[in-house]
Amino acid sequence: MTQLIDKRAAAAGTSGFLRQQRPRHGERAIQVALLAAALVAVATTVAIVIALLIPTLEFFSVVSPVEFLTGTTWTPLFEPPSFGVVPLVVGTLVITVIASVVALPLGLGAAIYLSEYAPERVRRSLKPTLEVLAGIPTVVYGFFALTFITPVIQAIVPGDGLPSVFNALSAGLVMGVMIIPTVASLSEDAMAAVPNTLRQGAFALGSNKRQVSTRVVVPAALSGIAAAFILGISRAIGETMIVTIAAGLQPNLTLNPLKFMETMTAFIASTGQGDVPTGSIEYKTVFAVGMLLFIITFVMNMASIRLVRKYREVYE
Amino acid sequence: MSAPTLTRYGERASLTQSGGEPVPEKLFRWMLIACTAVGVITLVVLLTYTVYKGWPKLNAQLVTNMPSQVSPNTAGAQSAIMGTLWLMVFTALWTIPTGIAAAIYLEEYANPERRINRIIEINIMNLAAVPSIIFGILGLAFISRTLGFGPTILTGSLTLALLVLPTVIIASREAIRAVPQSIRSGSLALGATKWQTVARQVLPSAVPGMATGSILALSRAIGEAAPLLMLGVGFVRFNPDGLMSSFTALPVQIFQWTTESQTQFKELAAAASVILLVLLLAMNSVAIYIRNKTQKRW
Amino acid sequence: MSIDHTHDRPLKTIPVGDMTETPDQPAHTPSINVGGVTRTDPADAPSGDLSVEPVIETRDLSVFYHDYEAVRGVDLTFGKNQITALIGPSGCGKSTVLRCFDRMNDLIPGARVKGTITYHGQDLYAPDVDVIEVRRRVGMVFQKPNPFPKSIYDNVAYGPRVNGWKVDSMDDLVEEALTRAALWEEVKDKLKDSAFALSGGQQQRLCIARCIAVEPDVILMDEPAASLDPISTAKIEDLMQELVRNYTIIIVTHNMQQAARVSDRTAFFTAEVDDQGERHGRLVEMDLTKTIFTNPADRRTEDYVSGRFG
Repeated sequence: MTQLIDKRAAAAGTSGFLRQQRPRHGERAIQVALLAAALVAVATTVAIVIALLIPTLEFFSVVSPVEFLTGTTWTPLFEPPSFGVVPLVVGTLVITVIASVVALPLGLGAAIYLSEYAPERVRRSLKPTLEVLAGIPTVVYGFFALTFITPVIQAIVPGDGLPSVFNALSAGLVMGVMIIPTVASLSEDAMAAVPNTLRQGAFALGSNKRQVSTRVVVPAALSGIAAAFILGISRAIGETMIVTIAAGLQPNLTLNPLKFMETMTAFIASTGQGDVPTGSIEYKTVFAVGMLLFIITFVMNMASIRLVRKYREVYE
Repeated sequence: MSAPTLTRYGERASLTQSGGEPVPEKLFRWMLIACTAVGVITLVVLLTYTVYKGWPKLNAQLVTNMPSQVSPNTAGAQSAIMGTLWLMVFTALWTIPTGIAAAIYLEEYANPERRINRIIEINIMNLAAVPSIIFGILGLAFISRTLGFGPTILTGSLTLALLVLPTVIIASREAIRAVPQSIRSGSLALGATKWQTVARQVLPSAVPGMATGSILALSRAIGEAAPLLMLGVGFVRFNPDGLMSSFTALPVQIFQWTTESQTQFKELAAAASVILLVLLLAMNSVAIYIRNKTQKRW
Repeated sequence: MSIDHTHDRPLKTIPVGDMTETPDQPAHTPSINVGGVTRTDPADAPSGDLSVEPVIETRDLSVFYHDYEAVRGVDLTFGKNQITALIGPSGCGKSTVLRCFDRMNDLIPGARVKGTITYHGQDLYAPDVDVIEVRRRVGMVFQKPNPFPKSIYDNVAYGPRVNGWKVDSMDDLVEEALTRAALWEEVKDKLKDSAFALSGGQQQRLCIARCIAVEPDVILMDEPAASLDPISTAKIEDLMQELVRNYTIIIVTHNMQQAARVSDRTAFFTAEVDDQGERHGRLVEMDLTKTIFTNPADRRTEDYVSGRFG
């Protein structure tokens, strides 16, 4: 009755029957293939570093790094050219600050609301809405900034000739709104990780929701919130389309947000777009500025990752 | 009988509040709601404005005609639409299998204490946050110029694939992690190999999560303009006809029209934006549908 | 084609290691009564004599997790077609030892084994041993039932399929396995239904059927009834009495009474604290169940079984 399987299935003989019947080459090959896929990520980083590093080094053999990092005139196409990157960095900075002023408080506020206050129904419709905000292509944001926000600003803010059609304020405000979901979502994750027992303990002492949120939950989630802020700022620094469309394509060393200015990313985009001859010094400026951008965002990303690890460790 | 009053430190004289929620609390709550509202309101305004601005151009011509730099009357966005669709297909082709394979390796095979695996993990987390224009530089330097391919569907899709690869990996890892360990133990205890366990137990359960994550990653990819601009993608009046074909894409076309001064071009930019947004909406709806459909357990 | 499974027909042994069949067992009224609950008196269980052929033996077995020695110095023998219970308080290494026998400890990073474990005289941890084959022959049932998210049929058929068996009739094999697990009558009309539609006790019997389907030699059970209600527990215990005719069973249990009811031989573990304050599991003694519970050699065993601690 029970001879349902053929003889191969039952082992032959008691000696050595535990030894491998057939070598499992397939398993090994599969593992190697999967590892190769994972290494693509490492290869990409290496490729990025190489792609940036070599032209950057070539660039710095012609232009001194000191002039690059401290010079306040950025005119690589003039004769004689000037390679001071400060105007680009300041441009990035001004717009980033404006975006942060918008995104960080609003993002944190939205996160606190969603995490501590919002009833379940509201939460379920608000969270996806914020995610939609994050999903809108930056080029559409740029279009919105240039054609809607800028005229509004021009109507509201009085001044002669200011704000110009290209201005940092418009780009910064729109970018800020774009980043709100990033800040909100990461902050909310951090707050959700705070154990409920902490809240309950505070409530049991007679605290109200405001006190629990601001004095218990936010401090407990601080490293995660810091990570969210850093990531938001990093995104602002690295964003390209909004600033290219709305902020201007001429470097301008100024702190006035009503004026035009060029960011690092806008410079890379506009120069890379054009037909710059490969190997020329203009071509290499793209990589030098790109390297600077990469380093700045890399450092910030590492800090953010560390902070996320820290709060995850504490609670999990 | 009324409740005893708190005499020393109590803020209130009785246990019942008169007048409802105290002012500072109310203020705070409304402040928070305002924070959330800014985002929502901006979203509504942006969408409404874009549709409104693009309305004159939202007609069949947008889809049937090719773009033009001189005559906005007859311009359409067909080459951009087709280019975006081609890009989407090939980006998916490069990034989804690679991302899923990498996620399987990291979750099922890699020993987290070994150095190489920690390096891989950090790399992925970092790449997820690298600005998209840097990927454009990467594409430009290696694929476009060193290999000499130029701005083709191949270079564009490869660049975008690398850009969203970390997103696919992260989403797939989460999906794999959600499969209970007891399933794996049960399978291995029956004499299944590791790969059999992965292929027959883990992957089927993780597929919905992976599908959702992949679709969301793709929707990010097709909205990107910066990397494509770096590759030299520009004005093109024909549909792609192969991997080595030049192309244009909706984000690039929107960018170009936005920077033109004539009103009609701005309308075209808005109309093209609407198409792009509709496409993204469709993709995200599919992703959400899949996610909800598979909430109920087998 | 239907297979007649009237329950006064004794089950045959399965071939292990060679193709000969042992003659039918003398009629031992089957104690499985699907639907009802009957038990066999432990006193009628097959003789727990050490002279029965040992299937698994350990000598000076120690298991380490990285540098931590979880259990040390374990000498055990498990007799063929016997039920052996591993009992003792929590944290003394019973499950750790159990997991050595199907090499599931290999899956825990940092786990190491010292000493010898032999299976039918063969070193289980020899470098050229095929772990997959080991796991087929030494099956495991887990504490919490873990059916796959598939149909009942596919759950049982999974083992033979992944082992690449060419089966004349998978339907027959599935039916056979479910019958031996005392589940066939309850599920024969809903084989295509999800395994999750079954109750906890049924799911556990499904896991047993799944395990049986790959024709193991030994079945390891790690507290199999711990998450079940008393009636399901009783069913599982009766099932074990039936299964032991064809398989060697090793069970880890927290439930002393269960061990006393069901097993032929018992091994008692305890935890010792060393000078550094670390806990290590130790085997105290192993003997016939009757002896362990009525006349143990070691004081600690007596304290445990009489409820004075643990």
